[in-house]
Amino acid sequence: MEPTINARDAFDVAIVQVKPSKGRYAENLARIGEAFAQVVGDGPAPALVVLPEAATTGYFLEGAVYELARSARAFADDLARTWRAACGDRTVELCCGFYENDGGTYYNSALYLRVGGGAHEIVHVHRKMFLPTYGVFDEERFLSRGRRLQTFDTMLGRAAILICEDVWHAIMPTIAAIKGARFLIVPSAAPGRGIDGEAELGSVAHWREILRATACEHGLYVLYAGLTGFEGGKGMTGSSCVIDPRGNVQVQAPEIGACVVRGRIDLREADLARASLPLLGDLNAVLPDLLLDDELPLPTGRAQ
Amino acid sequence: MNLLEIRPSYEAALRGPRINPEIATRWLVAFLRDELIERRGIRRAVVGLSGGVDSAVTASLCARALGAENVYAFRLPYATSSPASLADAQLVVDALGINCRTIEITAAVDGYLQFEPDADARRRGNVMARTRMLVLFDQSAKLDALPIGTGNKTERLLGYFTWHADDTPPLNPLGDLFKTQVWELARFLGVPTPLIDKAPSADLEANQTDEGDLGITYARADAILDQLLLGYADAQLIERGFDSSDVALVRRRVDSTHWKRHLPTTAMLTNTAINEFYLRPVDF
Repeated sequence: MEPTINARDAFDVAIVQVKPSKGRYAENLARIGEAFAQVVGDGPAPALVVLPEAATTGYFLEGAVYELARSARAFADDLARTWRAACGDRTVELCCGFYENDGGTYYNSALYLRVGGGAHEIVHVHRKMFLPTYGVFDEERFLSRGRRLQTFDTMLGRAAILICEDVWHAIMPTIAAIKGARFLIVPSAAPGRGIDGEAELGSVAHWREILRATACEHGLYVLYAGLTGFEGGKGMTGSSCVIDPRGNVQVQAPEIGACVVRGRIDLREADLARASLPLLGDLNAVLPDLLLDDELPLPTGRAQ
Repeated sequence: MNLLEIRPSYEAALRGPRINPEIATRWLVAFLRDELIERRGIRRAVVGLSGGVDSAVTASLCARALGAENVYAFRLPYATSSPASLADAQLVVDALGINCRTIEITAAVDGYLQFEPDADARRRGNVMARTRMLVLFDQSAKLDALPIGTGNKTERLLGYFTWHADDTPPLNPLGDLFKTQVWELARFLGVPTPLIDKAPSADLEANQTDEGDLGITYARADAILDQLLLGYADAQLIERGFDSSDVALVRRRVDSTHWKRHLPTTAMLTNTAINEFYLRPVDF
């Protein structure tokens, strides 16, 4: 399939907040297929459908990750087949988190896939760069970290994927924005904690602060897809949401339960947000001075 | 000029851990539904109802998660158990409308202890606790139910429980809540007030109270534990205003009971040792 990059100004998106059964890849894909059918049947057909981190397996796998990881090609084929079985050859772009086996090296990845015209094409694979390995998390014990943060062109404009902790490091969305991302996709699996807040878990409130700050600092949309359901006592906090380029929450799912969240992205809004708060433009102007600071622990040249 | 001065305060730390009971309830009910119904396909819960606040809160959460008709409470008194405990447990049964059965464990406990007439109170208490768990697991098998644990975070951290008895059920909704948080949750859930207001007791001996056994109140212990778990050294806790002898007591109890919060220690002999090299999550 020959991609034609001709970004639309506005398009509908759907986030499928899933609750996978641990390790049951085929069963979870079948449930995702049911959600796909709902997504195209019940409302405006979305141009982009986003799913969470580890959406087809569950997040905490420990050593079982080696049994359940797929190559990006195999996962793309499975996801495209699932879409077609549910929705026919309707054109769509899909983004979904999965555990990747790249010839015996394992990653926590997310795939961006274009489906339509009787074919499907991998547009991009992002490999999670910041692997939480502290407290309840143990990712780097089992997985390798990704080495590049790339933006990529979609039918809907330039995008970047940041998986879960990736987006907690402010430098990541900053680099994505500098590289031209108009919207960020954040597949996530966030175990909830913090029960002394006003109305929601402390970790949910913290996440939203980060996502809102990211969106309005860089004038871009953030599509957050959160896993839901309990995994061995650890409850994933769902709360999938769309945040607009001024930092407003356009729509947000509850913490508990599988659901479909629909939103609308209007890139003209992103333009206006950047015009009224030109922080990204300011950063582009100042960035060379910041990076030329010889006190920064940056690589200085070729390895000796 | 005399400007207003604003300084950091450790008042919140001294007050102890807080809880929004509405959030906790929502989360724990979802936990029970997911773990029981969706993961295991089990719709019934068995809870040992002692007449104390922990088991009352556990039963209340189970009733919300599964429906009162699917909660099976068991009162398991020994000959020396306080009649007031039985009565308080009945208040919970009546308030929730859950099923309840009373099974005396005296004959089972004495059946063994008749051969050990010199057993002290600690050993006798452990035999009672393990007998109760035997009954709860057997009743769960009979009822196609799952036994639900009632242990709270404070007693887990202080090692104030019988190993492989109170901590045995496969699900424990309260295990990450301090005792003082369980009390707040109990008020929110409408647990009968006599259970919240009375002094907590394991009820293994006459006039026994938890705080008497522990040598510290739950309120003081919880405030220290809440900070201690964040990694603060004893000197930092004392700087924040905690009493040094309280800090030493809590630290000693926590440090001497780490083993009680783990599975048995298995000798590792191969590179496929279970839970050392062969690693699978509990829900896999």
